[in-house]
Amino acid sequence: MSNNSVNSSSLVIAQKAVKQLRLEASVRRIKVSQAAADLKTFCLQNAHKDPLLMGVPSSDNPFRPPKSCVLI
Amino acid sequence: MCDQTFMAITFGPCDNCSTTSPLMNIYIKNEPTNYCSFCVEMMACQGLLKGETLASLKNESESLKKKLEEERAKLHDVELHQVAEKIEVVSALSIKTRRVLKGHGNKVLCMDWCKDKRRLVSSSQDGKVIVWDGFTLNKEHAVPMPCTWVMACAYAPSGCAIACGGLDNKCSVYPLSLDKNENLAAKKKSVAMHTNYLSGCTFTNSDMQILTSSGDGTCALWDVESGQLLQSFHGHTADVLSLDLAPSETGNTFVSGGCDKKANVWDMRSGQNVQSFETHESDINCCRLYDLRADREVAVYQKDSIIFGVSSLDFSLSGRLLFGGYNDYTINIWDVLKGNRVSMLFGHENRVSTVKVSPDGTSVCSASWDNTLRVSRALGMPWLLVLYSLT
Repeated sequence: MSNNSVNSSSLVIAQKAVKQLRLEASVRRIKVSQAAADLKTFCLQNAHKDPLLMGVPSSDNPFRPPKSCVLI
Repeated sequence: MCDQTFMAITFGPCDNCSTTSPLMNIYIKNEPTNYCSFCVEMMACQGLLKGETLASLKNESESLKKKLEEERAKLHDVELHQVAEKIEVVSALSIKTRRVLKGHGNKVLCMDWCKDKRRLVSSSQDGKVIVWDGFTLNKEHAVPMPCTWVMACAYAPSGCAIACGGLDNKCSVYPLSLDKNENLAAKKKSVAMHTNYLSGCTFTNSDMQILTSSGDGTCALWDVESGQLLQSFHGHTADVLSLDLAPSETGNTFVSGGCDKKANVWDMRSGQNVQSFETHESDINCCRLYDLRADREVAVYQKDSIIFGVSSLDFSLSGRLLFGGYNDYTINIWDVLKGNRVSMLFGHENRVSTVKVSPDGTSVCSASWDNTLRVSRALGMPWLLVLYSLT
């Protein structure tokens, strides 16, 4: 690769980087406190629907180990 | 015939530099040509803006980076775990392994759940892709791949097809048939083509499109029927190792993670990299949570006692629990809001390669280099009470 094309390719890379950074800098942001509050609300509202968190009643569980009958 | 509004973007030798890569269709002086993304940039940047030199661009780049950091820091008024202080602690989880799926001859590298919540597909280093019934442990299909190290596999939303790929640099789709005797390998359809290994693949909301990530540093969106490249995503400067779609049905963004330590958020329609997060350090043995609207990292999940890296993670249905598969053979379960570890799952005898929660949130499946998959589930309290009274 000639020196000239090395220069122009690093120039191109630098221009691409600057374009991308300009785009990222213009993104609208909200405060972490608000974002965290929304995360908390979502988790709490959906907690009762979360089987791994709440557990599954044995009758609904197809993975339960087979229970054997014991006659007393 | 698929209804396409894009021009056919192809894969092949660039008209300018002759390297074989994903191509973009452009017009130069009203003539249609196919350039690779690098040559497109070269052409677009020909003729610098007045006063722009390498030095001035570098300066602008540095000042923009600083400005970004400042803007992000301004909004960092509280930590997530502080907001979560008043919430009840997660009660003791009763998640245990309920099924062990044995059958692969070598390391299991990837797995995916079917939308019917019981079937799953797994792929292995031995070149086999197996479709299992998670309840009965029945192997419904076994597809031999022409390459070893099948690093990615995915189940179609309809449950009628699977996609997989790896060292063959391709992603192939196999329609699943009910006929056990049918040779699935014969119906294979090659959809995606990359210039390096395929690290991840997933169907979008339908069976018609596949999103792939590759060791060549790009992600790409493909039409399954025609095999055409609909959109390519350039921006990572090293291998892309994972990807995930945004959960909404109308979603058109996805996130990818790469060896360049970045997590990039992409717009699927334009191919634009809309957000980028780079706070991971090289010796990663932690998980980080980034909030997209706050545009910053909001939590880190790590412990001094954990010295091995995480290979895969997934959230529970409500987002409260984070399951991470580690190279020390365990799965750590974190409380997403409070930031502490809630529980651990043991049992694998080698690294955990993939962890995925089922679509209905009732089970979590882990695939490992010990050649097995484990399906774990929580049980309700009433069952536990019965146990205690018997012992």
